[in-house]
Amino acid sequence: MSQANREITISILKYDPQDKTVEPRFVDYKLEETPGMTLFIALNSIRSNQDADLSYDFVCRAGICGSCGMVVNGKPVLACRTLTSTYPEGVITLLPMPAFELIKDLSVNTGKWMDEMSKRVESWIVTNEETDISKVEAKVEPKVAEEVFELDRCIECGLCLASCATKLMRPNFVGAVGLNRVARFQMDPHDQRTDEDFYELIGDDDGVFGCMSLLGCEDHCPKNLPLQNKIAYMRRKMVSVK
Amino acid sequence: MKVHYCDALVIGGGLAGLRASVAAQKKGLNTIVLSLVPVKRSHSAAAQGGMQASLGNSKMSEGDNEDLHFADTVKGSDWGCDQKVARMFVHTAPKAIRELAAWGVPWTRVQEGARTAIINAKQTTITEDQDRHGLIMSRDFGGTKKWRTCYTADATGHTMLFSVANEALKHDVDVRDRKEAISLIHENNRCYGAIVRDLITGELEAYVSKGTCIATGGYGRLYKSTTNAVICEGIGAALALETGVATLGNMEAVQFHPTPIVPSGILLTEGCRGDGGLLRDVDGHRFMPDYEPEKKELASRDVVSRRMMEHIRNGKGVPSPYGDHLWLDISILGREHIEKNLRDVQEISQVFNGIDPAVEGEKGWMPVRPMQHYSMGGIRINPTGESQNMAGLFSCGESACWDLHGFNRLGGNSVSETVVAGMIIGNYFADFCANNDVEISTATISKKLEEQQTYLEGLVKGQGTENVFKIKERMQEIMDDKVGIFRDGKNLADAVEELKELLERSKKLKIASTKMHNNPELEEAYRVPKMLKLALCVAKGARERTESRGAHYREDFLKRDDENWLKRTLTSWKSDEDLEPTITYEDIDIKTMEMPPAFRGYGAKGMTIEHEDASVRQAEVDNLTKEMQAAGKDRHEIQEALMDFDLPMNYKQKNERVGD
Ligand SMILES: Cc1cc2nc3c(=O)[nH]c(=O)nc-3n(C[C@H](O)[C@H](O)[C@H](O)COP(=O)(O)OP(=O)(O)OC[C@H]3O[C@@H](n4cnc5c(N)ncnc54)[C@H](O)[C@@H]3O)c2cc1C
Ligand code: SF4
Ligand code: FES
Repeated sequence: MSQANREITISILKYDPQDKTVEPRFVDYKLEETPGMTLFIALNSIRSNQDADLSYDFVCRAGICGSCGMVVNGKPVLACRTLTSTYPEGVITLLPMPAFELIKDLSVNTGKWMDEMSKRVESWIVTNEETDISKVEAKVEPKVAEEVFELDRCIECGLCLASCATKLMRPNFVGAVGLNRVARFQMDPHDQRTDEDFYELIGDDDGVFGCMSLLGCEDHCPKNLPLQNKIAYMRRKMVSVK
Repeated sequence: MKVHYCDALVIGGGLAGLRASVAAQKKGLNTIVLSLVPVKRSHSAAAQGGMQASLGNSKMSEGDNEDLHFADTVKGSDWGCDQKVARMFVHTAPKAIRELAAWGVPWTRVQEGARTAIINAKQTTITEDQDRHGLIMSRDFGGTKKWRTCYTADATGHTMLFSVANEALKHDVDVRDRKEAISLIHENNRCYGAIVRDLITGELEAYVSKGTCIATGGYGRLYKSTTNAVICEGIGAALALETGVATLGNMEAVQFHPTPIVPSGILLTEGCRGDGGLLRDVDGHRFMPDYEPEKKELASRDVVSRRMMEHIRNGKGVPSPYGDHLWLDISILGREHIEKNLRDVQEISQVFNGIDPAVEGEKGWMPVRPMQHYSMGGIRINPTGESQNMAGLFSCGESACWDLHGFNRLGGNSVSETVVAGMIIGNYFADFCANNDVEISTATISKKLEEQQTYLEGLVKGQGTENVFKIKERMQEIMDDKVGIFRDGKNLADAVEELKELLERSKKLKIASTKMHNNPELEEAYRVPKMLKLALCVAKGARERTESRGAHYREDFLKRDDENWLKRTLTSWKSDEDLEPTITYEDIDIKTMEMPPAFRGYGAKGMTIEHEDASVRQAEVDNLTKEMQAAGKDRHEIQEALMDFDLPMNYKQKNERVGD
C-alpha cells in the first residue's frame, strides 16, 4: 500500500439555521484518500483534523440504520456505504437532503418526519384479537411472512423523499416510504384492517393518488424495495374502494 | 428553567427501553422515552442473526425447552451469571417472541418438507413435519444444544426494533429523540430523573420522574476496533457511575466477536457460521476442528475468538495493510441460500470490500478478525431491575448487568434479553413509578441544572491545550492493545496508569467553537471524560481479576478460579476528584445454584480451580432430582424445588409447545 494515495476534495454546504450571522456557504476540505475510504471515514477525518464544527449523522456506519442520507454529487445516497473511490474526478459535493427540516450542515431531521408519518398511516398492527403469549403462536404461511419481511426491510432513511418530485409540490405527501408501510400491513395476516380502513389513511392526493410514478424513489432506495410496484398495487386497491 | 414532569422516564430508545416504555404506558403511567437518535436508528437495528427462544418448532430444535436454554446460558456465562435471572429469562423468552409475532415481526417460518442444509461442511437433508408448517423457524448459533435462534433473514434486530418502536407510538408513549441525558437527578440515594441536553438547540432541561430506567446500550466504543455503532459510548452507565452511589457490575466482561469484516469492523453475523460457513487460514486450511474437534466453528464466541487470535499468532494469519486476518468462507452454502438468508452479509461484503461471498473459492472469502462486540458489564441491578444502591433507578438491556450473561453472552441471547428485560423489568419499574412520588424540591432540581450549565459553559470557555479527539483516540488504542482479547498483569497495569493520565488531561481541553448548540466538539468534550471513567472500570476490574473466565482471558492466570473468583466486580466512583474507581466484590453463592460450576463442554479441559461447595451442591441437586423423579414429579416441579424464581404479570405460566 505504499503507492501514493490521491488527494480528494470534499465540498460541503455548511449552514446553521440557528446562527443567522453566517450565510449558507460551501467549504472545501482536501484530504488524502485511503484505501476503502467511505464518506463516513472521510467526514470523521475532517471533523477530527480540520473542522470540529462540522455536523452530520451516522449511527451504524454499515448501511443498516438509515441515519446518513445526504445528496452526493446530486444523488441522494447513504453516505456510510458510499466509497470515495466511486468518484474518479476526486471532487465530491455534499448537500443535506431536501424534504426534511435542516438541523445543521448535513444533519436533517428525518426522525421527526418519520414519527409523524408512522402515526399518520398507523404503522402498526391493528387488531381486536388478544394474543395469549403462553400458547403456540398463530401459523403464518412461510411465503407470506417472507413477502411481509421484504417490505419490512425499509429503514426509513428518507432517500425516496429526497428524490421525489411530488414531495416538492405537496409538502404533506406521505411518500414511497409511507405507502410502502401501508402495503406492508395490508399484506400482514395479523392486521385486521380492511381496504376501506386503509383508504381513510391514504386515499387522497397526499397519499396514494399523489404519486406521479416518476420512479425517483425506487431508483434511489438503498434496500431496493419494489416501490413502484407496491404503490401501483395500493392504488388499484384504493381505486376499487370508491 | 425548563422542567418536564412524568411518571416514568426511560433513557434510551433501543429494544430494551422501548419495550419497557410500553410496559409502563400500559399500566397507565405517563411515560417519556429519550434517545440520542431517532429510536428506530438505535443500535438494536444492527442485530442481524436472531433471537433465542426455546420454541422447539423445527426439526433441529425438536425437544428444546427452558431447561436446555438455561443450561446453555449458564455454561456460556462460564458460571458468572445470576442463575435466577437466567431462569426468569428463559421462561419469558418464548412469550416475548410470540408477543413480537403478534406485533408484526415477520419471523421466518417453518416450511414443511425436505430441504438441504450444510451441517459441519456436509450437505444434509432436513425434513420438516407438516404439523409444524407455518410456525416460527430457528437456526443454529454458537454455544447452543438445539437450533434455537429465531430470525427474520438477517435483519432480525431491524424488524424487531421497528415493531416495538411502532407499538410504543401506538400506545402513545412520548418518544423524544435528539435528547441526551448528561446527569442524573438524585438525592438521599433515590433517583428522580435526569438533566437532559437538547442536541439541536443545546438547551438543558430537567426531566423529573418518579422512576428512571436507563436503557442506553453498551460501551463498545471504548475500543477502537468494534462492531458497535458510533453512539455506543456507554454514557448511560457513566451517568449511574457518576452519582457516586450506584455501582456498575463486571465491567471487565467484554465480548469479542470472531467475524467482523476487516477493516471496517462491520459485523458478519454468527448466522454465517451457524448456517455452515467455515473459517480458513492463510493456506486455505479449515483450522477450527484442530482446536475444537467437537464444536468447531460453533464453540462459544470467546473460545472461537481466542482460537483465531492464537492461530494468527502461530503465523497462520493472512497479512494485509490493516494487520493480519483470517478468512470466512460461506460460498459453500450456495448462492441461493446466501441471497435469501444472508443477503445483508453479502451486501456488506460487496459494498465495503468489493467481495461477492457467493463466489466459490478464495475470491469469495471475506477477511475477518475478532473485535469488541458486546458489553456484559453495566449498571448492577437486582433481578427486578433496580440498582442495588439507588432506589428508583432501574436499568435494562445491554446497559445493565442484570446478570444474565456472566462473562460471556451467547449469540441471540442479547436481543432476546432486551425484550424480555423490557417486559420483566419494565413491569417492576412501572410498579415502582405507580407506588412512589416525587420527593425532591424544585430548588434541588434547579441547582442540578445550574451545575451542568456551568460545567458546559466552562468547557467551551476552557483555556486548556488538550484536544479531545486525540484523547479519545488514544483511549481507544489503549483499550484495543492492552485490555483486549489476551490480557496480562503488566499491560493492564500500564493501561490503568495511562488512562488515569488521559482523564487528568481531559480536564484541560481547548474547544474551537464556543457555540453552546449543535457543537460536535463540545459533545465529545463532555462525553470523553465519562468514557474514560468507564474505561478505567474495565481496565482496573480486569487487572484485579487474576483468573480467566469466559471472555476475560488472562495469559498470566489461565484457569477459571472458582475458589477465589466466583464473584462479581462492583465499581463505583466515590468522588469527582478520584482518578480511578473503587472496587468491591459481590459473592456468587454456589449453595443456591440450580447448576453448580463444572466444565463448559468446549475450550480446554482441566482449566478450573474448583470450589469445595460445587460437588456438595451437585450431590444435593442430583439427590433431590432423583427423589422427585421417583415420586413422579415433572421437570417444572423439580426446577421449582431446586431454585424458585418470580415473574411479574402472568409470565410465570407454562409455555405451550407443539411437541408437548
Ligand atoms: C453488529 C451487531 C449485531 C448484533 N447481532 C445480534 C444478534 O444477532 N442477536 C443478539 O441477540 N444480539 C445481537 N447483538 C447485540 C444486540 O443488538 C444489542 O445488545 C442490543 O440490541 C442492545 O439493545 P439495547 O436496547 O440495550 O440498546 P441500544 O439498541 O443500543 O439502544 C440504546 C439507546 O439508548 C440511547 N441513548 C444512549 N445514550 C443516551 C443518553 N445519554 N441519553 C439518551 N439516550 C441515550 C440511544 O439513542 C439508543 O436509543 C448485535 C450487536 C451488534 C453490534
Ligand atoms: S422506501 Fe427505501 S428509500 Fe424510502 S425510506 Fe424506505 S429504505 Fe429508504
Ligand atoms: S450510518 Fe447507518 S445507514 Fe449510514
